Amino acid sequence: MEEKMKLAPDAFEPVSKKEALDDEKIVAPSRTFVQDAWRRLKQNKASYICLWILVVIGLIAFTSPITASHPNESHPNYANLPPKIPGVNINGLNGTSVVAGKRVDAYKQNNVPSKVHYTLGTDYLGRSLAQRILRGTLVSLLIGLFATLIDLIVGVGYGVVSAWKGGMTDIVLQRIIEVISSVPNIVIMVLLMLVLKGGMLPIILAIAFNGWTTMARLTRAQTLQLKSQEYVLAARTLGESTFKIALKHLLPNLSSVIIIQTMFTIPTAIFFEAFLSYIGIGIQAPTASLGTLISDGQKNFQFLPYQMWYPALMLSVIMIAFNILADGLRDAFDPRTARR
Amino acid sequence: MARYLAKRIFYLALTLFLIASITFFLMKLMPGTPLNNQAKLSPQQIKVIYEHYGLNKPVWQQYVNYILDAAHGNFGLSFQFSDQPVSYLISSRIGPSMQLGGQAMIVGVILGIFVGSLSAIRKNTWVDGTSTFISILGISIPSFVLAILLQYYLGLKLQLFPIADWGGFSYTVLPTLALAASPFAETSRFVRTEMVDVLGSDYIELARAKGLSRMGIVWHHALRNSLIPLVTVIGPLTAAIMTGSMVVENIFSVPGIGEQFVKSILVNDYPTIMGVTLLYSALLCAMLLLTDLVYGIIDPRIRITGKGE
Repeated sequence: MEEKMKLAPDAFEPVSKKEALDDEKIVAPSRTFVQDAWRRLKQNKASYICLWILVVIGLIAFTSPITASHPNESHPNYANLPPKIPGVNINGLNGTSVVAGKRVDAYKQNNVPSKVHYTLGTDYLGRSLAQRILRGTLVSLLIGLFATLIDLIVGVGYGVVSAWKGGMTDIVLQRIIEVISSVPNIVIMVLLMLVLKGGMLPIILAIAFNGWTTMARLTRAQTLQLKSQEYVLAARTLGESTFKIALKHLLPNLSSVIIIQTMFTIPTAIFFEAFLSYIGIGIQAPTASLGTLISDGQKNFQFLPYQMWYPALMLSVIMIAFNILADGLRDAFDPRTARR
Repeated sequence: MARYLAKRIFYLALTLFLIASITFFLMKLMPGTPLNNQAKLSPQQIKVIYEHYGLNKPVWQQYVNYILDAAHGNFGLSFQFSDQPVSYLISSRIGPSMQLGGQAMIVGVILGIFVGSLSAIRKNTWVDGTSTFISILGISIPSFVLAILLQYYLGLKLQLFPIADWGGFSYTVLPTLALAASPFAETSRFVRTEMVDVLGSDYIELARAKGLSRMGIVWHHALRNSLIPLVTVIGPLTAAIMTGSMVVENIFSVPGIGEQFVKSILVNDYPTIMGVTLLYSALLCAMLLLTDLVYGIIDPRIRITGKGE
């Protein structure tokens, strides 16, 4: 017979807790999804710079009701003055303009008191272009943001419902989207603008009217995938209400698609606002928007190029910054699409 | 295939019918009248004018007449030019618009394919960076700004091309360039993404292992396969060119549909607005249908069936 081993409790020695922990210690701090995306965005220099450009433009635009409080105040005596910044002597910023081949000081010619100067010049009614550009940027940004917000709410809601209900509901809802998206969006916008007449709210509605279809399509495709995930099934089995499932399980997982699409929608909305205002059915005078400023400036472009250059530059910078940022966000949220 | 086609054409007709109806009732809802100085006209004159344009009939009758006429390609008389039928207005102006649109599409897509593939082949180098930046510029700078700059610098300053009007080929160069910017940018971004995907695939690896030259791989294997999905962007590109043509034709005084559309909008010429709306929608619908058909033919992996997707 084998000898039985006698083991007393004190023969065992506990492994030191510290040792065990050291083996499995996670050195890097654990990051949430958003932190991870933020980290990747920061690595993308161009996008990061564009983000800050937009923050600065946004700050300037949203404080403009205080800093640029008289965008419509006209001084007929000071009409069409070129940009002048005291102390700067660069042609184009020193208050001189070329008349009949000769460079003359427009401020002296018009007997403008020496203490009056316009950083970006004045328009044909003697209104400060700098103030009008700031206020115009605000109008354009607001229209872009609100139109996108409507796109977001309608599009995401529509997409989730369509995918979640499925069956006949899905077929009907998708047919509606097909019909709407087979009409050129500019045509819908023009028609709506004609009926609603100019102003901010009509423009927002007109832009949002068919902008949401892309968002709805993307959300639907994503929701269809999520719908068959185990955690959604688990939530349903546990008797969670549909609304709560959508809010707690679907939306967080849809967020990256939504954010990326939003960032592409904002510049599109800003473009369409400028477009409608440019052809004369958008924002109505005397309110300034980047579109109306470009349209006004274009009339004098040959002789007073600054009147179109500055609003056009502002519009282009905003559009470029949004597009580069959107590209960067897409790569940050979805590393699979990042440059391989 | 035949069943699919029939179904698609039915949907196309349904879509156009809906658009025609919606446009009609929107125009009826519009504030303002087409009369220029109503205050100066006597009630009799107004009555005569309304009778002439069929505006005195009940709305439902106007609607039925409009739909029936539209189905026969008759969109009524323009308010703006005395008694010119809208269909004549459209047919006499469609030539320049088609030419500009077609040229812009060809120039934009070919340049886009070239720049996009170059960018993918030289991925993550300065070539890639520059082309990506150029295509971002193309997407971001609005067509009307680009058109004005081209007109001023290439037309007026350098005197390379006529600044406006419509004559020979040289008159089409600047508007074509302005219109081509957006298709160019979209195409080059699209091709880059596709090409990068394709270049990473196994069959390219195999081709390299066989010892094919770099150009041979790109030309025979990569380019063809990355261009197939490009067919899907034809629809959106058509819409982009339509949008662009409205301002570009105006800036360069091209006697086209887009220029006419903007003019009609500004003077409440309802019949013309409705006619052009239908034309634009029909064109886009046709392009979308064409896209789906062509895609099924050139890519056998996509099967066209009678069922919905």
